[in-house]
Amino acid sequence: MTSSQNSSSESSTITALVGTARVKRGMAEMLKGGVIMDVVNVEQAKIAEDAGAVAVMALERVPADIRAQGGVSRMSDPSMIDAIKAAVSIPVMAKARIGHFVEAQVLESIGVDYIDESEVLTPADYEHHIDKWKFNVPFVCGATNLGEALRRINEGAAMIRSKGEAGTGDVSNATTHMRKISGEIRRLTSMRDDELYVAAKELQAPYALVKEVATTGKLPVVLFTAGGIATPADAAMMMQLGADGVFIGSGIFKSGDAAKRAAACVKATTYYQDPKIIADASRGLGEAMVGINVADIPVPHRLAERGW
Amino acid sequence: MFSNIRPLIGVLALQGDFREHLETLEFMGENCCLVKDINSLNQIDALIIPGGESTTLSKLSKAFDLFEPIRNRIQSGLPTYGSCAGMIMLADEILEPASGQESFGGIPMLVRRNAFGSQVESFEQDLDIAGLTYFGNDKSASTKYRGVFIRAPWVEKVAPEVEIMASVEKTGVSHPVMVRYKNLLATSFHPEITADSRIHGFFVDELVKKARV
Repeated sequence: MTSSQNSSSESSTITALVGTARVKRGMAEMLKGGVIMDVVNVEQAKIAEDAGAVAVMALERVPADIRAQGGVSRMSDPSMIDAIKAAVSIPVMAKARIGHFVEAQVLESIGVDYIDESEVLTPADYEHHIDKWKFNVPFVCGATNLGEALRRINEGAAMIRSKGEAGTGDVSNATTHMRKISGEIRRLTSMRDDELYVAAKELQAPYALVKEVATTGKLPVVLFTAGGIATPADAAMMMQLGADGVFIGSGIFKSGDAAKRAAACVKATTYYQDPKIIADASRGLGEAMVGINVADIPVPHRLAERGW
Repeated sequence: MFSNIRPLIGVLALQGDFREHLETLEFMGENCCLVKDINSLNQIDALIIPGGESTTLSKLSKAFDLFEPIRNRIQSGLPTYGSCAGMIMLADEILEPASGQESFGGIPMLVRRNAFGSQVESFEQDLDIAGLTYFGNDKSASTKYRGVFIRAPWVEKVAPEVEIMASVEKTGVSHPVMVRYKNLLATSFHPEITADSRIHGFFVDELVKKARV
């Protein structure tokens, strides 16, 4: 082999543009069809990578523990994120509090690949979300409906995840939010042009984005699902409902055999249309996370209510 | 040519932006399908390995018993194009691979993963691609091609018989980002997320259709 430095082919030296919408949204395109797993230490990150996760979310406590322990929940220790970044080669995401643009600046400065402006942490601002256009690092944000998704995209989110109800193992809210978002998209595609103005008003979303969704029949960014997914069948159902991929938070490392469950959820996400493969993936996984019914959680304690 | 004039081009659909590759091929009017299992792999006349996470693609193709079959088909001459993670999968050698990460191989080169840095370093820029004027009917068309690089690899070392079609300069050093070797084509960048289908056109015209005549 010869060193590439000696190559004589023409070389492109024009200034490169970083942080463009295409580069940020494109990053999420590469994660599609995959599972992103919450991890709290290096060991879990390696299990996730070995199981075929497309990315890990580095955080100090998974949502189920945040829920159980209460208190204010914040951005993770940068050293802990650095350790996970060093241990795996798949992308590493980290969470900032809603509206906490300095936590986001910190996470960008240490080189995380994606920031989740997340309702799982305690919000830092009850009016404003982070102005995500100001960052080169891309953001994913939660949404329970189309209007919320488009407001986040308008603020610069490069990826959306339906919120579900994190830390419960109860998939019902994830289902509700996926159906809501995709149903509202389908409704827009059937509208006359002059009806879209009213639709924009009702969705409380910018007209230009509403018009774009009505024309293309999909969000302008990748749509993952999250919140309560605990089994391979849960993951496959979300894919069949139209998700581009799946976040699994507490569902893996709060279960009996994490490595096996992680690999099974990945398999079910890839082959989401094949019940036989999902059946095989579901065999002998041991104990699933215990879980809480969302209906048993008082409304003020539901995380999906955070963000607006 | 035989009765089936239009070759069937498969897009590996284990993970990544396979739908964008499929849509590009559909837009071009090509005969195409997704490849998720051994049956679809056996039917195709050409393969595209999409962008995605190379570590994940490597692990999934092994976990789902597709690794050896794909490697064998590539070795026996299946025209194959890989973008980004796909380029890594087509390299004979990966610099500092993740634990357990292997490539299908085929192109005698060494690639560096995430060569440009983490996501904040991801970028887009115009590339000069050798022979790009060939594409399409418009000989006067621009030779510029908008390359979108997302946590992209580059070619660290390459055998002399591999044709370097485009390179990017970084801190004074030129790194190949598009290479061709026999039945194989690889790019560090992602043509599938742009509206410009010339790279796919080149693959289909030069590597797929000419292989069948």
